[in-house]
Amino acid sequence: MIWTAVIVGGVGCYLLKLAGLSVPQEVLERPSARRVADLIPVALLAALIGVQVLATPGRSLEVDARLAGLAVATLALMLRAPFLVVVLLAAATAAALRAIGIG
Amino acid sequence: MEASRRRAIVRDGVAVSVATGVYGISFGAISVTSGLDVWQTCTLSLLMFTGASQYALAGVIGSGGAPLAGAAAALLLGSRNTLYGLRLAPLLGWRGWRRLVTAHLTIDESTAMSVTRETREEARLGFLTAGLGVFALWNLATVFGALVGDRLGDPRAWGLDAAVGAAFLALLWPRLSTATNRLTAVLAVAVALALVPLTPAGVPVLAAGAVALGMGLATRDATDPTEVPDPEDLP
Repeated sequence: MIWTAVIVGGVGCYLLKLAGLSVPQEVLERPSARRVADLIPVALLAALIGVQVLATPGRSLEVDARLAGLAVATLALMLRAPFLVVVLLAAATAAALRAIGIG
Repeated sequence: MEASRRRAIVRDGVAVSVATGVYGISFGAISVTSGLDVWQTCTLSLLMFTGASQYALAGVIGSGGAPLAGAAAALLLGSRNTLYGLRLAPLLGWRGWRRLVTAHLTIDESTAMSVTRETREEARLGFLTAGLGVFALWNLATVFGALVGDRLGDPRAWGLDAAVGAAFLALLWPRLSTATNRLTAVLAVAVALALVPLTPAGVPVLAAGAVALGMGLATRDATDPTEVPDPEDLP
């Protein structure tokens, strides 16, 4: 049964990706469709940040070292730090806080 | 494209590949401790190749759920890649076998690394660097994680979970230039967080897609000076 789930889930996820790429271009010629398509990455990235930083596997919200990492990342971005520096600073912040027993 | 611009895009792609790819270690370890064997775990990373869906499938099986329920959760989460594809198709402009390969590499990171670019050439470079980079590292890390398991220690101790959130923020940052986009981002976070305790994992992020839909349609009647009226709409 696990193999069935792995194959069905895997092939299904691939087909979902392909479906998005294969929708006729006319769908995006409507201005409203274009606006929605432009806003989709903004909305999903924002939601992914929220869930990644605050949600727990037990479906609750928890403030911990991840949020401190995000705060430092925000500061770094405001100071125009390069991408790699932003990511490493966030990781270092969370790791340091956990090393001293916080978060 | 200037050499410096090309280097910057590749560097960003490598950075997000490392931050995301290394997380494959934790997926490999979680998957084998959830009841999947090493081959099933590696097949998931090769075939499904979309992290959140893979975690969902392993999580459902690990908590005693039916394997097919796990597959359903994975598909629910994977449907956001359909939205990404919708956005990527005109941007990348690949057809035939290239589109089939593009589909497999369509994930959060490759999408984010391409939609923020200004030209098709830059978008393609960003997509391929992040897509192939994450694919290679994610699969290598999965094998490693599955074989060695949690003897490696907790990726959280290295702050890797915080690194993923920071990477998503850095990717979103350049998109926050307009008031509409900022409002969309704030509403999306609010909706997603409100749904976390109420819905299965994955749904909160999908619901954010509805925010994009609502915001896109709500601004439909706003005066747009660049928009030419349709002849049929004229009195």
